[in-house]
Amino acid sequence: MSTTKNNLLTPDKALKKRYRAEKRFQRMGIFAIFISLCFIVFLFTTIITDGYTAFTQTYIELDVHFDKKYFMEENLANANFPSLVKHSLYAMFPQVKSRRDKKMLKKLISPAAAYTLQQMVKDDPKIIGSSKKIWVLADDDVDMMIKGKINRNLNNQNRRIKDLQLAWIDTLIKEGKLEKRFNTQFFTSGDSREPELAGILGALAGSFFTLLITLSLSFPIGVATAVYLEEFAPANKWTDLIEVNINNLAAVPSIIFGLLGLAIFINFWGIPRSTPLIGGIVLALMTLPTIIIAGRASLKSIPPSIREAALGVGASKMQTVFHHVLPLAMPGMLTGTIIGMAQALGETAPLLMIGMVAFIADVPASLTDPAAVLPVQIYLWADSPERAFTEKTSAAIMILLAFLISMNSLSVYLRKKFEIKW
Amino acid sequence: MEIATNPTDTPFSIIMPKPIDHENSSDQIVQPDRETVGIPFVKHPRMSCRDVVVRYGDKQAINSISIDVGKNEALAMIGPSGCGKSTFLRCLNRMNDTIPSCRVEGSICLDGIDIYDPATDVVPLRARVGMVFQKPNPFPKSIYDNVAYGPQIHGLTSTKAELDTIVETSLSKAGLWDEVKDRLQEPGTGLSGGQQQRLCIARAIAVSPEVILMDEPCSALDPIATAKVEELIAELRTQYSIVIVTHAMQQAARVSQRTAYFHLGDLVEVGATDKVFTNPLHKLTEDYITGRFG
Ligand SMILES: Nc1ncnc2c1ncn2[C@@H]1O[C@H](COP(=O)(O)OP(=O)(O)OP(=O)(O)O)[C@@H](O)[C@H]1O
Ligand SMILES: [Mg+2]
Repeated sequence: MSTTKNNLLTPDKALKKRYRAEKRFQRMGIFAIFISLCFIVFLFTTIITDGYTAFTQTYIELDVHFDKKYFMEENLANANFPSLVKHSLYAMFPQVKSRRDKKMLKKLISPAAAYTLQQMVKDDPKIIGSSKKIWVLADDDVDMMIKGKINRNLNNQNRRIKDLQLAWIDTLIKEGKLEKRFNTQFFTSGDSREPELAGILGALAGSFFTLLITLSLSFPIGVATAVYLEEFAPANKWTDLIEVNINNLAAVPSIIFGLLGLAIFINFWGIPRSTPLIGGIVLALMTLPTIIIAGRASLKSIPPSIREAALGVGASKMQTVFHHVLPLAMPGMLTGTIIGMAQALGETAPLLMIGMVAFIADVPASLTDPAAVLPVQIYLWADSPERAFTEKTSAAIMILLAFLISMNSLSVYLRKKFEIKW
Repeated sequence: MEIATNPTDTPFSIIMPKPIDHENSSDQIVQPDRETVGIPFVKHPRMSCRDVVVRYGDKQAINSISIDVGKNEALAMIGPSGCGKSTFLRCLNRMNDTIPSCRVEGSICLDGIDIYDPATDVVPLRARVGMVFQKPNPFPKSIYDNVAYGPQIHGLTSTKAELDTIVETSLSKAGLWDEVKDRLQEPGTGLSGGQQQRLCIARAIAVSPEVILMDEPCSALDPIATAKVEELIAELRTQYSIVIVTHAMQQAARVSQRTAYFHLGDLVEVGATDKVFTNPLHKLTEDYITGRFG
């Protein structure tokens, strides 16, 4: 009887060993958490330090004289705006004479400047004949230079910005004609081959429309399936078969859903490719199992006593489910749905199969306009050779992460808000 | 013996020491083959069960039981754990339908209508045969909504005022009105265990059932709450038939007029409560009552 001999307050050897094991286990857990936190911090810092610069963009102030000679044509839109930009710039640097140098000087300004002027003339044709100081986008190389992503001390041949250009930039800075401004372009335009013009709005709109389709298909279908299978379906071989298949579907690689979409929705039903419509349908298929499984789990977790209570006062099966069980299960179902949506928002592979990987410059305005989505946009930018796309990639990742985090917070909030205690 | 069936009788003098005038009632073993002794049948039954067999899959939980539930009586069901009391009780309002493996044979009639007839609708049946469960299970809604839910789904009221009245009378009958009248909108789950159980009773009587089934309604309650529920049962018996399963023999003795003793799926003895507890007819009953079994 060694246990009775031992005082409870002075633990014996075996007990001490147990405590040590517990301590060891706790320390291991804390260490694991620490490691994963380190990775997360590392991930976020690299993305943020790479990407935050994308939210500003370099602008150059041009003295533009809207000379009448450029606007002789009937259609003002056909006027030679690039030439207007060019000559305004030459006028600011009268010392630049040679053709070669002029060409280099011209390269400081983004091709987008011409569109800016065109837009101004279109908005207010009366400015023709007047002179104006206009801030236009600088070229992406200038921007990279300003943001310190091109090394000044590099040898002239290997540098994208040559010594001559560097000198001009320095003069512009000294004269206060070059500055970094908040990059509204990034949030208001679609994709572009020119990094300084490329924006995220097209991908955001594409993702929004795609998720809209995904949500409106997968939520009702998923909830209805979960409720039927869990509450109404007879327990037989068919139900078992369906259940096994749903669980299997959840484990199918997502690219398979893309192939399915290509084979059936595009080739057989003729739904236009590259559109949020087809993307949404494919992603709905992909998220359905998640929603169904989460929905069933949350229905299962409702205590049977609630069902018995409702049945006991004479509620029908339907009433029991819709008045009592479903409202209690809703928070869990919503959580599952939002997690499914977050999955869909971050999904790339199946969309590659249905043509959503195309370069699309326009911001989609409807469900059947060709569109890109956020993760595909990230993929496309990461694949682009220009240095300036690196920061755009990181910025797009930041935006995607912001959406994912807010969706997950929303799911936590909804669960807290609608959770009913009993 | 006969159970008083006239509601105008004084509620507490139910067991009348009168000679038997019903052909089925007898102090002797009425069904020798099934060993049920005592008085399982009454003259004007509210519910009558004949040859009820219940199986869970292959396992037979109830072996051919016949018993009546009289009007305005409280029938207690006692017996060792696992003998089928809950199973039988749940047959009386077809609550067993929710268990897929459960099969019920024989006939159970409510006012002469077989409740297991395929043509019988289970929804009105459960409105007429209410149930109070072992664990208080109020809906996670307000106290008011808990009681109002039944009348609402059965369309018993047309105006809010009528509904208010039903809620008030039900809560009053359940002896809970004074305690909750100022906080009807608070969640029913926030009440104490005893209050929750009385809330569940109020919820059951809000739809004006004819029979109330109670499965160990006091097993989760303290003595004071138990006393309140027992008082309530005595009170309710003046209007409803009550079938109560209990493990506390004192409780059976206090609240019931007749007591049924179950043993391993058999109904061994049914009789007037004082008779069963003081002078049981069957050896098994005697063993159980005197504590030699269970
Ligand atoms: N859902 C079920 N599936 C299978 N068998 C069951 C089920 N419910 C009860 N049984 C079995 O039926 C028999 C009777 O159970 P029941 O719950 O009616 O007993 P009880 O008399 O209420 O016991 P207790 O006093 O412990 O509540 C038991 O042997 C039990 O194992
Ligand atoms: Mg039981």
